Amino acid sequence: MSAGESKIALGGKTARTTPDLARDRRRGIVDGRGAALAAVLLLLALSLLPPIALLIGDPFLVVTATRIMIFAIAALSLDLVLGYGAMVSFGHAAFLGLGAYSVAILLANGTSDILIQTLVAILASALFALVTGAISLRTKGVYFIMITLAFGQMAYFFMVSLSAYGGDDGMTLAARSTLLGLPVLNSDLTLFYLTLGVLALAFVGLRAVIFSRFGRVLRGTRQNPVRMQAIGFQPFAYQLTAYVIAGALAGVAGVLLANQAEFVSPAYMSWQRSGELIVMVVLGGMGTLVGAIGGAIAFLLLEDWLAKFSEHWKLGLGVLLVCLVLFTRGGIAGGIERLFRRAPS
Amino acid sequence: MFNLFLLQALNGVQFGILLFLVAAGLTLIFGIMDMINLAHGVLYMVGAYFAAAFTALTGDFLLGLAIALPAALLFGLVLEFLIFRHLYERDHLDQVLATFGLILILNEGVKILWGAAPMSVPIPDILSGSIPLIGPLRYPFYRVVIIAAGLATAVGLWLLVNHTRVGMLLRAGAVNAPMVSALGVDIRRLFMLVFGFGAMLAGFAGAMVAPILSVEPGMGDGILILTFVVIVIGGVGSVRGAFVAAILVGLVDTLGRTFGPIVLRSLMDPSAASQTGQTLAPMLIYILMAAVLFFRPSGLFPAKGAAA
Repeated sequence: MSAGESKIALGGKTARTTPDLARDRRRGIVDGRGAALAAVLLLLALSLLPPIALLIGDPFLVVTATRIMIFAIAALSLDLVLGYGAMVSFGHAAFLGLGAYSVAILLANGTSDILIQTLVAILASALFALVTGAISLRTKGVYFIMITLAFGQMAYFFMVSLSAYGGDDGMTLAARSTLLGLPVLNSDLTLFYLTLGVLALAFVGLRAVIFSRFGRVLRGTRQNPVRMQAIGFQPFAYQLTAYVIAGALAGVAGVLLANQAEFVSPAYMSWQRSGELIVMVVLGGMGTLVGAIGGAIAFLLLEDWLAKFSEHWKLGLGVLLVCLVLFTRGGIAGGIERLFRRAPS
Repeated sequence: MFNLFLLQALNGVQFGILLFLVAAGLTLIFGIMDMINLAHGVLYMVGAYFAAAFTALTGDFLLGLAIALPAALLFGLVLEFLIFRHLYERDHLDQVLATFGLILILNEGVKILWGAAPMSVPIPDILSGSIPLIGPLRYPFYRVVIIAAGLATAVGLWLLVNHTRVGMLLRAGAVNAPMVSALGVDIRRLFMLVFGFGAMLAGFAGAMVAPILSVEPGMGDGILILTFVVIVIGGVGSVRGAFVAAILVGLVDTLGRTFGPIVLRSLMDPSAASQTGQTLAPMLIYILMAAVLFFRPSGLFPAKGAAA
């Protein structure tokens, strides 16, 4: 039984018998070509950013944009789980951290090639996703949220207690990764275009996944797991596969994050990070992929912007979040959508 | 060795009792309202700050505690009125987002009001000192007080839940809230009561530990995750499950940290043992949770029976 179905008639309000309709209304552009077009335009705009940064003489813009794109990759992967699989995973930052630590630990042991590091990161995060996902998916609703959160914390505390690799303080990387022995990633520009390439690949790849037979079953499971079971599908296997794919992709984002920051720390996998990733996905619109990218851009820019006003910027962020949920019925994305619809008239 | 075990077991029970006080309210909120509340940990923090502030104001911890409790209750009711009552019928994702926002607000709020530096509360004179256990072994009296207060609360809760009319409604609500509503009970008032009471219990836990921990922003975040583990192990909506699971988690965590390396030392060389022990100990409770879930996906004492 899904969470929505069980909430019926509190204090005389009418029963919410069609939760899926309500849930789908908040997806701005569900599968349309508009989403793909928006993403292509967004990626093109991003690819033009370095020359623009050069023109206006602000090289730091490239660094900021790289960071934003890395989180966009992580948010994209979460969108597969959250938006298409309807699994509210609250431990997604753990995969980001596992990817980052794969780089740091391999580098400390003499392996600096990014291809090997990425392979290890993918294997490590996929394995972690497989084990924790298999246990978490035995449950639903509030249980699932709490358990993914707890597993995320488990990974966090594991890294905190790894004193050989910096423990609580984290560790600075001696150098960025190399590609086939060449230190090409030392240039911020190369890293920018590498990240952009990964982001584009992730978007195209996830889109292919979603429009495949697998993706259709996953979306069907989101809408009505009971009916999917009745027509002969095992939701568990599909949900777990999606969870593993998302975990592995977030691990790749972690590899890039470690290289961008040249530093790894357990803070990458704190539960606040996981919460922020959810906010990014919801802010941009769940289940649209391009929304996750837009959400990551919007969230991180908002964070930077709020931080300029006051050291207590988190207060503003919190107030904004609460207000968005309370005053935009049907979630944040729905509220923004309505805002845009109202604007032209 | 036995002395160390006894001391650590007592510490574990004391930690477990604390977890129970926070978990008791939260498990009812989850169970009865089918609502995810991430902000319960900050209520614990607010309780600790109230205790610290009122103790500083009155100059007496017990008096401060006596004011902090109704203050925490009132705070919970205000939050319920302003925010939570609008979230009951939303889906879990909205609840996650709004309560996540609330955590940011309250963590930052206490930082603005009381500063980022930890506050300390002195243990009152009549509760300080230590009591003899066996032989030369002594245990801090204040920790005994915490255990006793927690046990008394647990008994009170048991009486309330199992032997009063409100308790009957609570149990019925945890099994099937819409049905209770259909039978003519004002379920919204019941929700408000549960929420306010849960906030007070969490605040009580925070106030009780104020003298032995440092009161600082974000202190509720760690306890929130542990509370989730407790609730998942005990079964959502079950106060009895929360009690058993809380003591279990408290003992496993405390004893694991102390005895994990010692046990491992008999299996491998000492330096590797202490390294592995340090790494594994914090993960023990999560492994415990995974094991419980593997065999009983809805916890040890599921309130909703097989249906949940």
